[in-house]
Amino acid sequence: MTTLVYVPGDAGALSLGAGEVARAIAEEAARRRAAVKVVRNGSRGAYWLEPLIEVLTPRGRLAYGPVTTADVAGLFEADFLNGGSHALSLGATEAIPWLKGQQRLTFERVGIIDPTSVADYVKHGGYQGLTRALSMEPAAIVQEITTSGLRGRGGAAFPTGIKWKTVLDQPAGQKYVTCNADEGDSGTFSDRMLMEGDPLALIEGMTIAGVAVGATQGYIYLRAEYPHALRALRTAIAAAHQARYLGSDVAGAGKRFDLEVRVGAGAYICGEETSMLESLEGRRGEVRVRPPLPAVKGLFGQPTIVNNVVTLASVPWILQHGAQAYANFGMGKSRGTLPIQLAGNIRRGGLVERAFGLTLRELLYDYGGGTATGKPIRAVQVGGPLGAYIPASQFDTAVDYEALAGIGAMLGHGGIVVFDDSVDMARMARYAMEFCAIESCGKCTPCRIGSTRGVEVIDRILAGVDGERNVRLLEELCETMVQGSLCGLGGMAPFPVQSALRHFREDFRGRVK
Amino acid sequence: METLPPAESAVVQRIASDLKGRPGPLLEVLHAIQAALGYVPGAAVPIVAEVLNLSRAEVHGVVTFYHYFRRSRPGAHTVSLCQAEACQSMGAAALAAHARRRLGIDFHQTSPDGRFSLEPIYCLGNCACSPAVMIDGRLYGRVTPERFDALVADGAPSP
Repeated sequence: MTTLVYVPGDAGALSLGAGEVARAIAEEAARRRAAVKVVRNGSRGAYWLEPLIEVLTPRGRLAYGPVTTADVAGLFEADFLNGGSHALSLGATEAIPWLKGQQRLTFERVGIIDPTSVADYVKHGGYQGLTRALSMEPAAIVQEITTSGLRGRGGAAFPTGIKWKTVLDQPAGQKYVTCNADEGDSGTFSDRMLMEGDPLALIEGMTIAGVAVGATQGYIYLRAEYPHALRALRTAIAAAHQARYLGSDVAGAGKRFDLEVRVGAGAYICGEETSMLESLEGRRGEVRVRPPLPAVKGLFGQPTIVNNVVTLASVPWILQHGAQAYANFGMGKSRGTLPIQLAGNIRRGGLVERAFGLTLRELLYDYGGGTATGKPIRAVQVGGPLGAYIPASQFDTAVDYEALAGIGAMLGHGGIVVFDDSVDMARMARYAMEFCAIESCGKCTPCRIGSTRGVEVIDRILAGVDGERNVRLLEELCETMVQGSLCGLGGMAPFPVQSALRHFREDFRGRVK
Repeated sequence: METLPPAESAVVQRIASDLKGRPGPLLEVLHAIQAALGYVPGAAVPIVAEVLNLSRAEVHGVVTFYHYFRRSRPGAHTVSLCQAEACQSMGAAALAAHARRRLGIDFHQTSPDGRFSLEPIYCLGNCACSPAVMIDGRLYGRVTPERFDALVADGAPSP
């Protein structure tokens, strides 16, 4: 009998040696004449345990990790193929406390299935959402998304159902569904994990969106820094075509939906939706003035849905289980779950999908276990390079769009970057301005010029030149950028600077002579 | 302006002609040129402009807007070091200083022997395994200076 061994093909696991481990297991199995099939699944998201391998046994899937090639012979000696005990044994994967307490809806299959297999996807509940959607009126599908309370997971948190309704209400004609997979925020990797670990969930979500608003063509705009996700998506799209879930007759329902991946070229600004559309059209990724909204006049001037990967990948679950089931998770106006990413200087980093409402403290200490360096946490940046720095005194804040906005922060794409007490917050503020200067599209002055002036002013503060005056100047500059920029890059790049000034002023004052 | 060897010129011509019928083809064309030649030569711009019926300024504007498109021939190996916040929290700056010393070049430079190009990159999506490095499309996590040296030791990353 052939034993199934799961070794993640996820880029993060590969970065820690999962590819070499998979090869070593196959070679050792051949040498011992053991019948083993290695499945390259996605990552469970417990990166502190990667490479985490699993064996399917009569007792379920048993985990071992973190495994290196040097451990492989020993694992065979310990009879891991039958769940034998080993120093790296983690027991049943589902029972690992870090995973067990999670509420995985969008990520329910990530790390579990073979991402290249439509059959495996369907066996684990895939395409039930699309099947239900195909039995519904378009307006009813859109209403379902509205009722679920789903908001854009890319960062802006705009209600997804309202966006879809706007596209649905446009006159019939060529419409598009575009997926913004330009996940450029530092500290975020949920889009990448999903695309590598369960790409068909995104494909199904986009297909449902197409059916709902009458769009026949979809584009995934993927950042160039994600070559592994590109391969996973292209493989899955071909498999979905082969199985007739894409193409001229989706699931035999007589509707067309085609899907194509387009690769970005290293411009952070293309995560902004109008800039992404410019880039998809083959131009410089310069931000468009709104209105008109993309839902009215988007890609190639046609009505277009622009949604993030996690938003679209949540759609199949909502259609399969019903809007109310999804809305039952969460708090206030933040309904459902959020795949949160614990990143940076954290002992147990990775992906935690939970209903909105748990606190930063639970995430940082219960899940994260504090810093990797063992020093106290001094600050966390939530929501990417445009997100505020939050001090330890505010760690009881709930992960909720409104609660974070209430303390002058933002949830964004759900990434949390942890810093220990060696961090120099004036330097981090400088970096925020520097990043904005590197990535500004240049269309509006506050962002293009303001970010460069911001670096210069902070450099003067760092050099101890006229500190008080320059701190005041920096505060005024931030205000100008927030008020005067065309889009969120210039408009929010000051947030980390302002929060650093507010909560960690001593790091600036220390330089004042 | 540099001139392209006829073979490379033909490659550019063929790529642009093959892709010109696609919606919004310019980025696709530039990606294909860079995949074939390793960079987007200045002399490719007028060829692409002519085939796609765009102005040279438009093509030049797109090539120069995007960090990913190179305008000079890269080294045999491209080493990209993540410089974003998560990697900074785990010592990306010290690793970058080490890499500069080890390779003897700064960011955006290619070593005189043509073996390495060193580039900053802003997030590789490996933020729970910082600091992250990408070498020729391969991703590495939790990279210490010692591991970095091993990765570039033979001029080629280990498989």
